[in-house]
Amino acid sequence: MRMRRLPEWLVLLLPAIIVTAAVVLIPLLFSLYSSFTPYKLTRPSTLWIWIGTLNYEKILADWNFWSAFGRTILFLTVVLNLELLLGLGIALVINRITWGQRALRTIIMFPMMFSPILVGFQFKFIFNDNIGLVNNTLQSLGISDAALPWLVDAKLAMFSIMFAEIWMSTSIFAILILAGLYAIPRDPLEAAEVDGCTAWQKFRHITLPFLMPFIFIAMTIRSLDVARAYDIVQIMTGGGPARRTELLWTLMSRTGYVDARMGLANAMGYVSIILSIIFTVYFFRKLSAARNELGMGG
Amino acid sequence: MAEVSLTSVEKYYGKFKAVHGIDLQIEDGEFVVLVGPSGCGKSTTLRMIAGLENISGGEVTIGDRVVNDLPPRERNISMVFQNYALYPHMTVRENLGFSLKIANQPESAIDKAVDEAAHILGLDELMDRRPGELSGGQRQRVAMGRAIVRHPDVYLFDEPLSNLDAKLRTQMRVEIKKLHKKVGNTIIYVTHDQVEAMTLADRIVLMKDGHIIQAGTPLELFDAPVDTFVATFIGSPPMNLLNAKISGPSMVLEDGAQLPVPTDAKDLVRDGQDVVLGFRADSLSPVGHGIEETGLKAEVELDVQLTEPLGTETLLFVDFGGKEVQAKMHNPRHVAVGETLTFQLQIDKCHLFDASSGRAIRN
Ligand SMILES: Nc1ncnc2c1ncn2[C@@H]1O[C@H](COP(=O)(O)OP(=O)(O)OP(=O)(O)O)[C@@H](O)[C@H]1O
Ligand SMILES: [Mg+2]
Repeated sequence: MRMRRLPEWLVLLLPAIIVTAAVVLIPLLFSLYSSFTPYKLTRPSTLWIWIGTLNYEKILADWNFWSAFGRTILFLTVVLNLELLLGLGIALVINRITWGQRALRTIIMFPMMFSPILVGFQFKFIFNDNIGLVNNTLQSLGISDAALPWLVDAKLAMFSIMFAEIWMSTSIFAILILAGLYAIPRDPLEAAEVDGCTAWQKFRHITLPFLMPFIFIAMTIRSLDVARAYDIVQIMTGGGPARRTELLWTLMSRTGYVDARMGLANAMGYVSIILSIIFTVYFFRKLSAARNELGMGG
Repeated sequence: MAEVSLTSVEKYYGKFKAVHGIDLQIEDGEFVVLVGPSGCGKSTTLRMIAGLENISGGEVTIGDRVVNDLPPRERNISMVFQNYALYPHMTVRENLGFSLKIANQPESAIDKAVDEAAHILGLDELMDRRPGELSGGQRQRVAMGRAIVRHPDVYLFDEPLSNLDAKLRTQMRVEIKKLHKKVGNTIIYVTHDQVEAMTLADRIVLMKDGHIIQAGTPLELFDAPVDTFVATFIGSPPMNLLNAKISGPSMVLEDGAQLPVPTDAKDLVRDGQDVVLGFRADSLSPVGHGIEETGLKAEVELDVQLTEPLGTETLLFVDFGGKEVQAKMHNPRHVAVGETLTFQLQIDKCHLFDASSGRAIRN
């Protein structure tokens, strides 16, 4: 009997295909399917009830979802922009320093080495209204005598979370922009000096265009990262109090695991993925435009 | 408008001394060409004048200001870089207009200056391209254009024509000369090409290993080289050099041939001195095919090894004094390789150099 042999490339790829299917494709399809059911973790049989787009309709009419959605966009915008500015500043300073540059480069990476959970606990303590470092400092310096409700007040709580997020991840921007600074050729900078540029004009007209691709790479990475912000928020405020710091992922996890409404949570997931896709596409467009401008595209 | 002066200017790169105490006074409106072999410090000198390289020692002044510590933008110069240094993210038009934009010139004035420069350099068709989409020669012309849209005190040109084809190069040489006539700015121009140096310069500064060997008008360098290095560097073909020994009133070449000592040098040499005899191809011609000159002459019979017809004249490679030298035949006729001709050497047009130091023997 003749065995039909599979083509060689397929045989070689098969393990990878099987693993990918098992860990990515099947869960993805399963979650997509479940978003069309009233699936509750506590009642597995609900998985087999088809309710069409009911979950999606619910979400679109849900005020809580949309305010978490809006808050996530706000969070993204503020955090990305501040991280960019700070990262750029840090990179420019480090690039200037001639002595101790290596050591500094390593030091600014430290925050990235901590687990986000630990960072969350650390800032939860720092911003605690009774025993926290911030309030204690403010009080002993006499700047404020009341205990500021850092993690309770809606605005202050958002601020505190953003602060923690920025503290942890600014170095990604700093490192990528520093790489960009190292990659800038010297000639155009010299030409600009001869052409009469001040330090600021040189930065504005030469350095910055050369940095743009690096900035957009950092933006892409970080927008995906921040859009799924969960751990720090969960530890510091748990999305509360009273949903004041609710972001998409804290809402989703509460819906899925606390309320056990997995079908609904999955539907939320699919709606909010749109956010990540929009940001990614936007920054990638910008990235290739910036690269084209420098003649690196193709 | 400005004179430029360099006083004992030195440059160290770490321990390596690239420029050794250069002294150079450049007049207002003068066209000075720096020439010399690769690595002799031409670019370094130019970049120190531009302010792109800090000055390790000595003083550079432009106009009446010592500029040692001034940044490039305060020196009022424009520069063509050896490696072009274009702005890759700007179009040709933006590259050309950038300095004017930075200087806050009105849009209309920028457009006018840019269009004019583009026209001179034949860049009209390329205005909307980026440097990445240009050939080497085109980039070089953009670099040139970027310098000439402005009329600063001093132009610094670092081999601005090195990448152009022969025809374009000749054309650009003329344009540069015209520009200098019209604007009258001081120009410091670096080149490898001694034809460029000869044709453009008011004064040539010949450098070697970070020293100035000789500075003077093109004809001074051509007619009175201070040593064998200058003699072989300036002029094409290079000067022929033959070893000789002084013996009474004659010089004895390596193959034993005897020639009279040039009249000017008679009193400057001593018996038995080792010298180098230098003469240009023009001074050695077949009888009847040379330039009529007064002064001492000598006739020698030589075999032709190779001919290079150039049209109005033919270069003849002949064995003379144990070496291959080049002779020139004006009003040429066909010469067969191996043919023996009688050549006339214009003795009084010859140069004598001391064999050990290489310095010219001249008063
Ligand atoms: N940044 C540098 N660091 C160390 N040495 C350098 C540096 N730049 C130039 N040099 C050295 O200084 C010397 C002079 O260099 P320079 O570029 O001035 O030569 P050049 O006359 O312009 O040569 P070319 O005709 O090849 O352009 C060379 O020996 C070179 O190796
Ligand atoms: Mg050079």
